[in-house]
Amino acid sequence: MVTLKDYEGGPTAWCPGCGNFSILLAVKRALVEMNLEPYQVLIVSGIGQAGKLPHYMRCNTLNALHGRDVPEAIGAKLANHELKVIAVGGDGDGYGEGGNHFTHAILRNIDITYIVHDNQIYGLTKGQASPTSDKGFVTKTTPEGVISLPFNPIALAISLGATFVSRGFAGEVDHLVELIKKAVQHKGFALVDVLQPCVTFNKLNTWEWYRKRVYKLESIDYDPTDRTLAFQKAFEWGDKIPIGVIYKSDRPTFDEQIPALKYGTLVKQKIDPLACEKILDEFM
Amino acid sequence: MTIDFTFKIGGEAGQGLQSIGYALSKAFAKGGLYVFLNQDYESRIRGGHTFVQVRVRNEPVYTLSEEVNMLIALNKETIDLHKNELVKSGAIIFDGDKIPIKAEDSYYSVPLEKLALEKGGSKIMINTVATGAAMGMLDYDFNLLADVLSEEFGRKGKDVVESNVKAARAGYDYAKENYRGKYDFTIRSLGSSKRMFLNGGEAISTGVIVAGCKFMAGYPMTPTSPILEFFASKARDYNLVFVQSEDELAAINMVIGAGYVGVRAMTATAGDGFALMVEGLGQAGMTETPIVAVVGQRPGPAVGLPTRTSQADLLFMIRAGNDEFPRAVFTPGTIEDAFWLTIKAFNIAEKYQIPVIILIDQHLADSYRTVDRFDLSKVKIERGEILSEEQIRAMGLYNYKRHQFTESGVSPRAIPGTPGCLVVTDADEHNEEGHIIEDAETRTKMVLKRLKKFEGVKKEMEPPKIYGPEDAKITLIGWGSTYGAIREAVDTLRKVGIDVNMLYINVVWPFPKDEISSVLSKAEMSFVIENNATGQLAYLIKSETGREVNEKILKFDGRPFSPTHIVKEVKEKVKG
Ligand SMILES: Cc1ncc(C[n+]2csc(CCOP(=O)(O)OP(=O)(O)O)c2C)c(N)n1
Ligand code: SF4
Ligand SMILES: [Mg+2]
Repeated sequence: MVTLKDYEGGPTAWCPGCGNFSILLAVKRALVEMNLEPYQVLIVSGIGQAGKLPHYMRCNTLNALHGRDVPEAIGAKLANHELKVIAVGGDGDGYGEGGNHFTHAILRNIDITYIVHDNQIYGLTKGQASPTSDKGFVTKTTPEGVISLPFNPIALAISLGATFVSRGFAGEVDHLVELIKKAVQHKGFALVDVLQPCVTFNKLNTWEWYRKRVYKLESIDYDPTDRTLAFQKAFEWGDKIPIGVIYKSDRPTFDEQIPALKYGTLVKQKIDPLACEKILDEFM
Repeated sequence: MTIDFTFKIGGEAGQGLQSIGYALSKAFAKGGLYVFLNQDYESRIRGGHTFVQVRVRNEPVYTLSEEVNMLIALNKETIDLHKNELVKSGAIIFDGDKIPIKAEDSYYSVPLEKLALEKGGSKIMINTVATGAAMGMLDYDFNLLADVLSEEFGRKGKDVVESNVKAARAGYDYAKENYRGKYDFTIRSLGSSKRMFLNGGEAISTGVIVAGCKFMAGYPMTPTSPILEFFASKARDYNLVFVQSEDELAAINMVIGAGYVGVRAMTATAGDGFALMVEGLGQAGMTETPIVAVVGQRPGPAVGLPTRTSQADLLFMIRAGNDEFPRAVFTPGTIEDAFWLTIKAFNIAEKYQIPVIILIDQHLADSYRTVDRFDLSKVKIERGEILSEEQIRAMGLYNYKRHQFTESGVSPRAIPGTPGCLVVTDADEHNEEGHIIEDAETRTKMVLKRLKKFEGVKKEMEPPKIYGPEDAKITLIGWGSTYGAIREAVDTLRKVGIDVNMLYINVVWPFPKDEISSVLSKAEMSFVIENNATGQLAYLIKSETGREVNEKILKFDGRPFSPTHIVKEVKEKVKG
C-alpha cells in the first residue's frame, strides 16, 4: 500500500499560511488514494511558487521553464504514455507566459492533468498583477489598478472543447483531493484551477474572501455535461464562486490517435538502423 | 571525354521547374553521371522569377557552375535575365509559339505547349515535353528518362505514366529531328549506377530516422520545413511521433520533455525560429537533457530573405542562451556529412546529455547531389550510460541521483517510470538529486560538473579535413555549405599554378583550435570564405587561436558562392 510517507519531500520555502500547502497535501493524498507509486508519476512544473511543488514531495520531477511546463509535459507524455503526467504551475505561468500552450493543449486533448495554483497574483516575483487579477486590482505594476479584464480559464477551456474543466479551493482540501483524482483518472486534458490565497501579496483575494464566496457544485443539482450550463457557471464570479467539476465531455485523446503509440510507448521502441534501407531506396 | 554541362531552367513559381530539373538529374544519375542540382526561388507560390540549375559531369561534382550550357526558358524573362550566362555554343530551348523571339543562333524553339496538348493530353505536360526536348538535343538515352518518369508517376497509375512518357518522347523526337546536327553536343550514359540523388535536408532527415530519433516537434519555417514533413511522412512506417507545435517555444520544450523521458528527440527550424528556442536550449543545458536541433540559416535579421541562403548565425549558435553550458555545433557542408553528422549529433547529445545543433543553410538543404549509398552497417548508436532496472534495484529504493557528481561530469541516466527510482531535474540550480538549491558551494560544483562534460565532447571530434596538399602556401578556410565551391576553386587555382588548399570545418564547436592554429602557422596566406558580412569564422579563429586570417571573401546577398567567384577573388588578392 502506498502511504503519504512515500510522497514525503524536502523542506518547503513557502510563506507560513500560504494556500500552496493545502494544494501540496491534496496532490499527495490524491496520489496515495489512487494507489500510485511515486515512480509511476511525473510532475512537470513551471516557475513560480506553484512550480516548486514537486520539490516538496517525492516523484519524478521535471521542473520546466516559466510557462513551458505544459509543452514539456506533452513531450514527456508522448514519449511514455504509461506515465501519469501532471503539469503544475501558477496563473502567470500557465495563463500568461504559457497561454498559447494552454489553449493548444486543450485543443489536442492530450491526456495530462494540469493543476494551476491560481492566486491571482505573481507570488515569486513579489506581487505584480497576474492574468487572473480582478479588474481594478492595485499592485506594484498596476498602481492605477488593473486595466484589462481578467483571464477566464474556465470559460476559455470550455469554449475550446476541453474535456475536463474544474475549479478547486485550497481551503477545501477533501474536495480538492476528489477533484484531482477525477482529473488524473480522466482520459484527456484535465484542468484543475485552484483558488489559492497568497497571504503575502494578495490582500484582496484572501482566505476569508474566497471562503465567503465559494460553494460546491456537488451541493446543488448540477449536470457538468451540459455545456450551456457550464458556460453560465464559468462566468459566475463575484458574490458566489462555484467549485467542483464544471464541465466534462468525452473525446478521443491526442495520444490515442497517434498510430505509433498503438505499439507501446515510444521510449520502448527499438533503434534499428538497418531497418532503414528502404528509405535509402527512395533516393536511388 | 570530359562532360561538364549545366542546364538552367527558369520561369515563374508554380510552373514546375523543379520537376524538370529533377527528372533530368535522375536520368543522368541513372546513367552513371554525377549531378549537382541547386534551386533559387522566391518567397511566393506563384509568379516571380525562379530557376533550377543542374550540373552534369563525368566525375564527381560538388557545386554549381556559373556557365550555362543549356537554358530552358519557360518564359521570356528567363531569356532576358540569363542569356548572358550562356556559353558560346550554348542552347536556349523555348516555346516559339508563346515567346515571340527570332530563333537565331543558340535559340531552339520547341512547341512545348502544342506537343503537351497533342501527345500528353494536357498543358501540365509542358514540363515533361521540355525535359524530353533537352534530352533529345543531347541525344541522351531516352529509356533512362522513361524509367525516371515511370518511377515518378508510378503511384499515379499507368495512364499518367504513359502520357508523360509520350509527351517526353514528343519533345525528344522534335528536338532530335529538327536540331541534331545544328546542335552537336552529346551526353552519353556511362553505364548504370548505384548512387543516390538527394539534398542536404533529405540527408539529415534520413540520418534522423536511422539514428533512432522517435520524436520530433516543430513549427514550419523555410528552409527546414521539409525535414519536419519527411519525419511526419515516415511516422506510420517507423513508429515515430511528430507534433506540429503552436510555436517554436512549444517545439523545443516538447523535445526536452521527450528527451527527459529517454527518447531521442529533435526539432528543426531556421535561425529566426531558433531565436525563440534559445531559452529552451538553456533548459536542455541546465537539466542535462539530450536534444538535437537542426537550424537552417537564411539571411536576416528578423525575417530577412526567407528562401535564400546565409551563414550569419554561427556566433549566435555558439553563444545562444544565458550563462554558460556545454553544447556542440556541427556544420556539415556535404550530403555525406549531413547524414553522418546527424547520427553523431544524437550520439553526442545522449552520451554527454547536452544540446547539439546541426547548423545548415538553405543552399545545403535544397541542393541535391549524387552520392554513394550510405552504408548503414557502419552506423553506430551510442546512448551513453543508462541504468538498467537491476542496477537501480542494487542502488536501493529511491537512491538514484539524476545529477550525481562524477569524474567526467556525466551522470548516468535512468528512465523515468523505472520502479525504484525517481528522475528529478530542474531549470533552477539544483543538487545531485535534482532538487532546487541556493547555496554557493553546490552551485559552483554544478557549474563545473556541466562544463566538465565538454572535455569529453572535445575528444570525440575528428580534426577538420584538409583538401589539397597539407603544406600549401595558401589556405582557404570554410565551414558548411561553401565546401563544394571552395573545393572546386582549389582545383582550378592549382591548375594555374597557385599553391592552395582548403581547410573545411564541419564541427565548429568544440572549436578545433589546435588544428586550425597549426594550419595557419604553416600557410603563408589564409582566407576565410563565408556567406556573411563580417567574417564570423575569422572572428572565432582570432578569439580562439589569437591568429588573424589575412583575407576574407564574404558574400551576403542571399546567394551561394560559385567557384568562379572565389577563384577570381583569390587571384586578385594573391597578385595584389
Ligand atoms: C521567461 C521568464 N520571465 C519571467 C520570469 C520571472 N518570473 C518567475 S515566476 C513569475 C511569475 C510567478 O507568478 P505565477 O506564475 O502566478 O506563480 P506564483 O509565484 O504566483 O505561484 C515570473 C514573472 C521567469 N522566471 N522567466
Ligand atoms: S508569496 Fe504568496 S504564493 Fe508565494 S509562498 Fe508566499 S503566500 Fe504563497
Ligand atoms: Mg500566481
